[in-house]
Amino acid sequence: MVLSELKAGQRASVVRVGGSSLLRRRILEMGVVRGAEVYVEKYAPLKDPLEMVVKGTHISLRVEEAAQILVDHVR
Amino acid sequence: MSGNPPTPAPPRRLTIALAGNPNAGKTSIFNNLTGTRQKVGNWPGVTVEKKEGHIHRDGYDLTIVDLPGTYSLTPFSIEEVVARNFVLDERPDVVVDIIDASNLERSLYLATQIRELECKVLFALNMADLAREHGTKIDAGKLSALLGVPVVFTVGNRGQGMDELIEAAIRLAESPAQPAHDRNVRYSGDIEEAIGRLERFLTERAEGSLPYPARWMAAKLIEDDPIVKERLVAAAPQSGMHALQAARNLRQQLAARFDDDPQLVMTDERYGFIAGLVREVQSTTSRQRVDISRNIDLVLTHRVFGFPIFIFFIWAMFQLTFTLGEYPVKWIEAGVDLVAGAAGALLPEGVLRSLVLDGVIAGVGSVIKFMPNILILFFCIALFEDTGYMARSAFLMDKIMHLIGLHGKSFIPMLMGFGCNVPAIMAARTLESEKDRILTILITPFMSCSAKLPVYVILAGAFFGPQAGTVIFGLYLLGIVLSILTGRLFRSTLLRGADAPFVMELPPYRMPMAKSLMIHMWDRSRMFLRRMGQVILLGSVVIWTLSSFPQTAGFLPDDDVYHPGENAAAESAVGAAPGAASPDAASAAEAAEAALRRRAKAEQTESSYLGRLGRLIEPLFAPLGIDWRGGVSLLSGFVAKEIVVSTLGVLYATGEDGEEDALERALAESGMTPLSALSMMVFVLLYLPCLAATTTIRRETGSTRWMLFSLAYSTTVAWVMAFLVYQGGQLLGFN
Repeated sequence: MVLSELKAGQRASVVRVGGSSLLRRRILEMGVVRGAEVYVEKYAPLKDPLEMVVKGTHISLRVEEAAQILVDHVR
Repeated sequence: MSGNPPTPAPPRRLTIALAGNPNAGKTSIFNNLTGTRQKVGNWPGVTVEKKEGHIHRDGYDLTIVDLPGTYSLTPFSIEEVVARNFVLDERPDVVVDIIDASNLERSLYLATQIRELECKVLFALNMADLAREHGTKIDAGKLSALLGVPVVFTVGNRGQGMDELIEAAIRLAESPAQPAHDRNVRYSGDIEEAIGRLERFLTERAEGSLPYPARWMAAKLIEDDPIVKERLVAAAPQSGMHALQAARNLRQQLAARFDDDPQLVMTDERYGFIAGLVREVQSTTSRQRVDISRNIDLVLTHRVFGFPIFIFFIWAMFQLTFTLGEYPVKWIEAGVDLVAGAAGALLPEGVLRSLVLDGVIAGVGSVIKFMPNILILFFCIALFEDTGYMARSAFLMDKIMHLIGLHGKSFIPMLMGFGCNVPAIMAARTLESEKDRILTILITPFMSCSAKLPVYVILAGAFFGPQAGTVIFGLYLLGIVLSILTGRLFRSTLLRGADAPFVMELPPYRMPMAKSLMIHMWDRSRMFLRRMGQVILLGSVVIWTLSSFPQTAGFLPDDDVYHPGENAAAESAVGAAPGAASPDAASAAEAAEAALRRRAKAEQTESSYLGRLGRLIEPLFAPLGIDWRGGVSLLSGFVAKEIVVSTLGVLYATGEDGEEDALERALAESGMTPLSALSMMVFVLLYLPCLAATTTIRRETGSTRWMLFSLAYSTTVAWVMAFLVYQGGQLLGFN
């Protein structure tokens, strides 16, 4: 499953970050690494971008970017 | 410059660099340390803002340099390159790394990288009290011991810990340097082996000519760092090339082994190392942000209310900037008039007086009057930024802006463009990616600024009567459509690719500090005044020269000498005026004298270099249905768009300023048609931005080429669109 399939209020853990190397680097630098727990806080009013919480930090990213993040243990 | 570490005598001057994540509280610490004694400029060659402050403490001259806020020190964004190069090349005596206590993990990601640059590092553990309230406790002593870095507690937004920070920095600068090898990140076996092999290769082959520590360079080569590669080859051409070849092979082996880019594997492992550190020093009771910030966000980015609230804030900013700003603008204009009046009274009639009045005072006055708008606008922007709302506005708008190939943050500059392009282009500074910034700057001038409105009002009023409103609305719409098309065009050609990822932190809402707001506002405005003042002054004098020379007549009002025949009637009226018997005769004389002035002025403009230029470029404007007078007006509009109207007034020799009806009538009688008026309005909407905006483009893009490109592009678009309107309209049978 990918992060962009999660609904607001769901949690999951990161399995792999894909996409272009620029995007991957940015995402990894923000602490979204393998095993990190993400919580989808909400989607923007126009359904894009989304806001997630990782290690206490609120981070926004576009839905197409979130689709590059593979997650499991969705709950 | 700063002394080298081993110098025996204590250096009197120390350079202290501040590093840290965005939103870690770096700016408030910098402001608290340096107060208003700041120097704001740009880092050489790039448009990243550089802030420096000087303070004296305990017999030391301290230079505090604020490095750009970054999450990392990779060479892939300008900010990171600037920060890293400063530490590597300028060798500051101490680097203070600001650690956000509520985000230890990510702060340490940057901190461990700074540590590896082998400089003297001091940690400022910022807002630890706040973190404790939220259930996070940090063992600073352990952190200090584990990384071998002294730690000072600070609370940036309350100014606490500043003295301790400075004292610790001075103490550290005066202490002998300590090797940090054993406390650096250790990677997994394969990567460590590759780094070790490369490190040995470098020390054996290029010892002595290496610009930076060997292990660090080896690790960077494994990460395929372009800047380190470049510097290595520059320092040791031959062995450097061999090392690059060796690094390439090692990278390939690692990529095959991990089935991933070695650089990303190393990022992962660095986080692994940090996770270990964090487990050692931090104890957490709750991880979620359950503060007031989240509740504010529930409202401000609400599914339904988010947009209306956003629109309200933007509306309020617009109102403040352009409506409230209108009052001081009027005062300044009155002040400029006062100065002009005084200068006019002091100076004798002649060229010098005209230069001072029409060139210098008018030119500088036209810039200074933007000051209140700019102050207010930057106050609002600083408020948005310091509270954290700016990130939310980008969050709300990104979907729409992304359709044009832009970032959510481009929205505010574009919107401000409807008021004035100068602050709008300056507002593009909030965009982090240079490509996004340039693209935003290129399309902002298509937002029809308020100075163009008088031109539309005159032309549409004269030729479209009751439909004038619709026509003007259509013009604004055309500007928006062209900006969208331009955005899409450039995003897929000139500024392709790096549609920067939207990965962006939404920082917790914070109470803004008045001091920080003031410093923000004042810095930007001061920069505007100083730099722009010079260029505008020069530009205004040039335009004045072009329109005043060669001189036909002496300066007013005694030009009746030069037109004795033509103005016989007027002359007799003037002659009759002194001691006039009837009020009628007096007013007739006044009117006649005014007519004389106008005619002389028109003649002067017509025969000036500017007028000749107008004649010269007439063939260019002919296909647009614009005659030479229109052409000259458009040229003069380069100084400021409002001037188009006053030049038209001069050339069509109508009443002095204010008598708009007269100009409208004169235009209609001059053979201008509704179609050519429309063509001219389209041209005014789109053609080159005014001098002030042009200068701002030069400054904000940091490049004369982008400025020239912007001028050429907008003027070409203007010509093509006006051509289509005029010729197309004629084909369709309008006139």
